[in-house]
Amino acid sequence: MNIAVILRQVPDLIEPLEVDASGAALDLSAATFVVNETDDHALEQALLLKESGRGTVTVVALDFGEVDNTLYTAAAKGADRIVKVAWEQTQAPSPHAAAAPLAEALRTLAPDLVLVGVQAHDELDGVLAPLLATRLGLPYVGVIRGVKAAADGRTVVVCKEFPGAVMARLTVRLPAVLGILGADQPPRYVPVSRIRAAMKSTRFEEVSHAAGLGPSGIAVTRMAPPPAGARAEMLTGSEAEVAQRITELLAEKGLLK
Amino acid sequence: MSTSDILVLAEIQRGTLADITSELLAAARGLVSPSGGEVVAAVLAANGGAFVPALGAADRILLIDHPALANYSPEPYLAALGEVVGARAPRAVLIGATSMGWDLAPLLAARLDAPLALGCKEIAFEDSALRVTSSFCGGKMLAELRIDRTPAVLMVLPGAYRPGETPGKAQVESWKLSASLEPAAIRFDEFQLPEAGDVDITQQDILVAVGRGIQQKENVELAEQLAQVLGGAVCASRPVVDQGWLPPTRQVGKSGMTVKPKLYLALGISGAPEHQEGMKNSELIIAVNTDARAPIFDIAHYGAQVDALELLPALVEAVQARKG
Amino acid sequence: MIATQGRQGLELLEELSRTGDGKSPLGCMQCGLCAASCPLGDVMEFPPRKLILEAMSRGLDRVLASPSLWMCVGCYTCSLRCPRDIELTDRLWPALRDRAMQQGFQPPAELQETFQNVLKYGNVLGKSPRQRLDWAKDLDVRVLDLSKEPRPVEVLWLVGCYPSYYPRNQVVTRAFARILTELGISWGVLGPKEKAIGECDRMFGEEGLFETLVEENRKILAQQQFERIVTLDPHAFRALQNFYPRYGVWYPVEHYTMFLANRLEKLRPLVVRPVEATVTYHDNCCAGRRAGCFEPPRALLQLIPGVKLVEMDRNRENALCCGGGGGGMWLDAHIVAQGGRRLSDLRILQAAQTGADILAVSCPYELSRFEDAAKVAGLEGRLKVRDIIELLAESMDLGERSEP
Repeated sequence: MNIAVILRQVPDLIEPLEVDASGAALDLSAATFVVNETDDHALEQALLLKESGRGTVTVVALDFGEVDNTLYTAAAKGADRIVKVAWEQTQAPSPHAAAAPLAEALRTLAPDLVLVGVQAHDELDGVLAPLLATRLGLPYVGVIRGVKAAADGRTVVVCKEFPGAVMARLTVRLPAVLGILGADQPPRYVPVSRIRAAMKSTRFEEVSHAAGLGPSGIAVTRMAPPPAGARAEMLTGSEAEVAQRITELLAEKGLLK
Repeated sequence: MSTSDILVLAEIQRGTLADITSELLAAARGLVSPSGGEVVAAVLAANGGAFVPALGAADRILLIDHPALANYSPEPYLAALGEVVGARAPRAVLIGATSMGWDLAPLLAARLDAPLALGCKEIAFEDSALRVTSSFCGGKMLAELRIDRTPAVLMVLPGAYRPGETPGKAQVESWKLSASLEPAAIRFDEFQLPEAGDVDITQQDILVAVGRGIQQKENVELAEQLAQVLGGAVCASRPVVDQGWLPPTRQVGKSGMTVKPKLYLALGISGAPEHQEGMKNSELIIAVNTDARAPIFDIAHYGAQVDALELLPALVEAVQARKG
Repeated sequence: MIATQGRQGLELLEELSRTGDGKSPLGCMQCGLCAASCPLGDVMEFPPRKLILEAMSRGLDRVLASPSLWMCVGCYTCSLRCPRDIELTDRLWPALRDRAMQQGFQPPAELQETFQNVLKYGNVLGKSPRQRLDWAKDLDVRVLDLSKEPRPVEVLWLVGCYPSYYPRNQVVTRAFARILTELGISWGVLGPKEKAIGECDRMFGEEGLFETLVEENRKILAQQQFERIVTLDPHAFRALQNFYPRYGVWYPVEHYTMFLANRLEKLRPLVVRPVEATVTYHDNCCAGRRAGCFEPPRALLQLIPGVKLVEMDRNRENALCCGGGGGGMWLDAHIVAQGGRRLSDLRILQAAQTGADILAVSCPYELSRFEDAAKVAGLEGRLKVRDIIELLAESMDLGERSEP
């Protein structure tokens, strides 16, 4: 089974996000980029499928942000092929803009299964995974936690997460695209020495495809952090003092029975 | 139906109408009132008639019945919904940001080449354009959007709207599907319910909630101590469950449980929208996080910018002392 | 007779003998002093002695798969006592852990996160590098950020991760800034450019991460001019003194107790306010047992009028580790799951037995570990935990109120 995984770069939320001078877009000039969390889970799921004797893993990514680090890490974890798709623009790839070149790259690879993170936190007017599926004419289901391959290699069984810790088990005929929420286990750790070794030995396949066409139909008129607004009444002091205050609060509300 | 109608996807989960549906209907009501047009609820099921009484907040109910729609799976649902939207051309389609919605909204938008807005918190008309306020970047950024094209597909955040009043009886219309809903590449097999025997956090009056801020599995025990002393139970945000430090039955949030306890003590939880969804209606929310900008403080009644790990033992002691 | 399966283990041990300056693990005579000395030896599947035996006779498979591989907290007691001078702590354990990770064995999850934090953000806590100087906000003394204003200084003060970011430790950091200034020393910090030294990562077998940090720190330090490095963290001190030079990165470095003790006579007239307390000092492992720095901290404490110094039974090279080293800060859950105890819980009782009012420490991990332990043991209010710097600052009238 040939498995393709899309890895995206998203702005790291450890720093507060800035809005640029136009007031309607993120200012990413000072942002650092990290791999999108659910894409990392998608990679883990792909590696697990490969390890259960079920295929090869090809990672596909747009050349943006700190993508090289992400790709070497993926290689160190066991990805078989790495395809880096050219991205000429300075702006971060939006789902609509990213979908066309990525879909073309995937078309060339013709994988049996495409795993993509179900969402990225900087998505506002599109979701990449179903966009790719639609472009490729492949079936799609998302919010998946856990993928198992059937013996014939032609279907996979997936668990779709619903509220209340309820899962729906679905059987999916390949080829298909899955929007991954989580893998059967958390993303594995790979020691830095392996990543450094991968830096020396891994060759990326660099390809170029036309960028996305057509606007998303959404105009962003303004962006800003949420207003402070009605916020919590803050309790100040040391941990011991806060503990006292909370206890008194609970007692006042009759919660200490 | 005309292009000022608003179509709402009624969401059915294992035989019950999900709460999000009445929230979507309220959002739709806010849109049609000034501009005219109908609030139309689309019910996709094997036998949707059973849900009619609960959908009085709509002006019109479209019953799309088909055996292939008995349990959710993307292809038949997309085909059915796509057919309805294509034929009736509503101004907008409102879908909840739920497990089902995360499939259908983008798939529908892609299929129709329609604009899609995620994380919608507020929707209004401004002249003929739709104005939407959306939350993204884990709740740390708001964007104001303008959508001119029709139809627009909007994924609405659970809890963004309160269920409105039920105006009266809705007109019921049976929809005859011309699209074929089979065969499909994706087949629903069965539901897997969580194992019984663990604590039902939705029934607890007091919840001690732990997030990434507790740092280590061992610190869950500290939270258990506090829960015990308070007579409640421990629950967690998704990252804690992902790590395996607590079972999924303890997960609070969009893909976990929704809880409404008397006390929700959030320790080291940042409060991203997916988590807030599961607990924001708690009677008393006290949040502890070293990050003053954590979104949890937007919905908490009281907060403290201290280290949850330092606070836990101090709080256990203080409560024990008070209880005597 | 060495069985064929032992080949892999033997090869590793031979490799370790070739590259190190320690005595060969092959010289192990199975005396068991290491296992008997190890504070967690009784709950390890493979304490050092057994580790070597298994590697030599049967191979590495069971050793690498064993949870006990991740239980060593780097206290050096075994290495100190080994009659063959085998570098157990510094060489054997890290090499085995590295081998385990290379073969895909996963270290405890909490540890993975710290590696990722160090790699991404240069600190174990996963905090933004831009906030590394937040401790100095509104401080009443001038903090020279050498990353913005490079200039020659006498002391390059490597603040450290916990001292920079962790609220309880920041109190100590600020006090030290005041003390340095009061002593008229020219000093600066690296501010947001400062990165972890990586001692814990190395101990934990993340050789690749450690080497990455050495390279980064090499460049950062080369941009500065200073006479010596002073650090609050004995782990960083150890790494800079013993491991960095192996990569050609060598600078004179002192743990703060050594630095201040060398300026005792300058301090003496400034340390005037009495601190009436019975104090017992916990010797840390890296500057203490491993480097022999026992008297400087005591000299500093005895400088303070009103301080009565008492010793725990286990002191100096026999001190019981607090359990925080070698990645131990993130191992408590793992150790407890294997039937062990938090060593700080044991050590705090030993401190209490002396009847002391204050347990004095000089390692950043110990503050939080011992304060937690004091709460668990119900000693809160009876036994306070203070860094030596805090006590000095109090006596110099440079302190701020920390927690009671």
